[in-house]
Amino acid sequence: MKMSAAVLAAFLALSGVSLAPSDARAEIEVDVNRGDIRPLPLAAPDFEGQRGAEIARVIMDNLSRSGLFAPVDSAGRQSEVTVEPDFAVWKSLGAQAMVNGKVHLVDGRLQVDFRLWDVPAGQQLLGLQFTSTPENWRRVAHKISDAVYERLTGEKGYFDTRVVFVSETGGRLERTLRLAVMDQDGANPSYLTDGSEIVLSPRFSASSQEITYMALRPEGSAVYLLNLETGRRESLGQFPGMVFAPRFSPDGRQVAFAVEKNGNSDIWVMNLVNRQSRRLTSDPAIDTSPAFSPDGSRIVFNSDRGGSPQLYIMDAAGGGARRISFGDGRYTSPVWSPTGDFIAFTRQGGGKFHIGVMRPEGSDERTLTSSYMDEGPTWAPNGRVLLFSRQEAGGEPHLWTVDVTGRILKPAPYTGGASDPAWSPLIN
Amino acid sequence: MNAHTALRWTPLFAAAALLGACQSTPKPGPTTDKPPEAETPVAGSSAIASGAVQPVRRPDSVTGAPLPGTQQDFVINVSDRVLFDIDQYEVREDATDILERQAAWLNRYPAVQVRIEGNADERGTREYNIALGSRRANAVRDELVNRGVSPSRISTVSFGKERPVDPGADDEAFRRNRNARTVLIGGVR
Repeated sequence: MKMSAAVLAAFLALSGVSLAPSDARAEIEVDVNRGDIRPLPLAAPDFEGQRGAEIARVIMDNLSRSGLFAPVDSAGRQSEVTVEPDFAVWKSLGAQAMVNGKVHLVDGRLQVDFRLWDVPAGQQLLGLQFTSTPENWRRVAHKISDAVYERLTGEKGYFDTRVVFVSETGGRLERTLRLAVMDQDGANPSYLTDGSEIVLSPRFSASSQEITYMALRPEGSAVYLLNLETGRRESLGQFPGMVFAPRFSPDGRQVAFAVEKNGNSDIWVMNLVNRQSRRLTSDPAIDTSPAFSPDGSRIVFNSDRGGSPQLYIMDAAGGGARRISFGDGRYTSPVWSPTGDFIAFTRQGGGKFHIGVMRPEGSDERTLTSSYMDEGPTWAPNGRVLLFSRQEAGGEPHLWTVDVTGRILKPAPYTGGASDPAWSPLIN
Repeated sequence: MNAHTALRWTPLFAAAALLGACQSTPKPGPTTDKPPEAETPVAGSSAIASGAVQPVRRPDSVTGAPLPGTQQDFVINVSDRVLFDIDQYEVREDATDILERQAAWLNRYPAVQVRIEGNADERGTREYNIALGSRRANAVRDELVNRGVSPSRISTVSFGKERPVDPGADDEAFRRNRNARTVLIGGVR
């Protein structure tokens, strides 16, 4: 994808100061739609200055984890951000792209200058500066990763994000579940709940500071809103039976969820401003796992009204439900891509569980993964990568990632027992 | 009516532990076939070494049984769980006996309040299984109500696949984990 002036302008507005951006056309590019291409060899030598080596490593780890970039060993060379790189040397090391940078401490603030270079063309593709607190150096590294990813792929990045999930510890019969949140690369994990009750299905709001989740206790269930910054938690209120599967609308003003009464589960929606709830489905079948389209106009959900669990789409106001899944097996836990082009889901078939995607119309279905138990996909904000939980028979669940082509499948960096991941939007 | 009343000890702890213990074969106690350790000559113990043995009378047996109207009584003499077929919530033919007994027992102890917990095996996704467990719990509730138990005495909840009784990953484990459990939560003697 070539860089356009508009993209560049938007990018600079987002990122702050421009050092000396080149307006020359990039000769190197990465196509995110073709997971089978050879990853682009990229070098990120240690940045100069405090935390410079760690920042470069976080950038390299992020980009190589995407599967679109291959790390090039910098052979001990440090980056020299003030001078043009010796392109001949980087070419001989096999690098097609190179990121270099320098860290300064200015009045107690961390300032990182970095540049992205097209090695074969000998051109600068980006030159930017980020400033933050010294403790925030990882986020600076994530922002640089996003800038490089966006410049080279033409797609938004997804590295300056967090993931909320259910931490699972202990044996199958005495499993402890805790809500936890971490950076997308597994750094800075922290618990949000104490493990004294079953907690499931956390989901971010568009603000990325608020989550909704379900707590399941012997005396019943409750859906909560939890502000990560303030720790303030509030219940959505009392319902006749089980209340579960909460999701925010894209504008954050509504929560859709499932309510069970006398054994029958239906989809409801609550307006968070006036706290009015409305029932969207009234079918004797199981209706659950609602997910809004990114424009908020439609909801995809799971129903067994046709005899087995399948995916249906209805208007966000309720009504007009039509089935979209017609493949082999049972379809559950749909999630609409933030870019709107796909719906991801869990499919059970042939004795296995799969993560798959299809168009919202139900066409172009692709199976991306397969194992004893793959479940609960969540989209990276750019709609190119999915995070899900995988459990082998008799084991504990762990987080995995797969790209939308299904070719780049990897364990997520967080290696503890974990399920029900939900990816945040890009942090502002 | 059942083989569990000849228990050799009185259970006082949790029903789950009790059930597990009842299903296992009792461990054999010490027998006289095996040479007692004391037969090894001990310095200064000439009486044993010379073969003069004093027989000891076998203790009388003590039998135990759950007190009527207790959680143990319900679990052991009635049975607290019924099983379901894969992805089904209709009460099975072989569960009606148990539900008949549950209803009769609950009608005999009208102060008892119960909670029915629906469970699913792990071969389904989380949220769907919560909905499925709710259906199972409510199916059992309806059976009890049809047999004269007041609905005001019964609450339901679903644990989906989060609270298995069998940690296994085979068909037998899945079979056991597809259940609805009737738990006494109040008014127990």
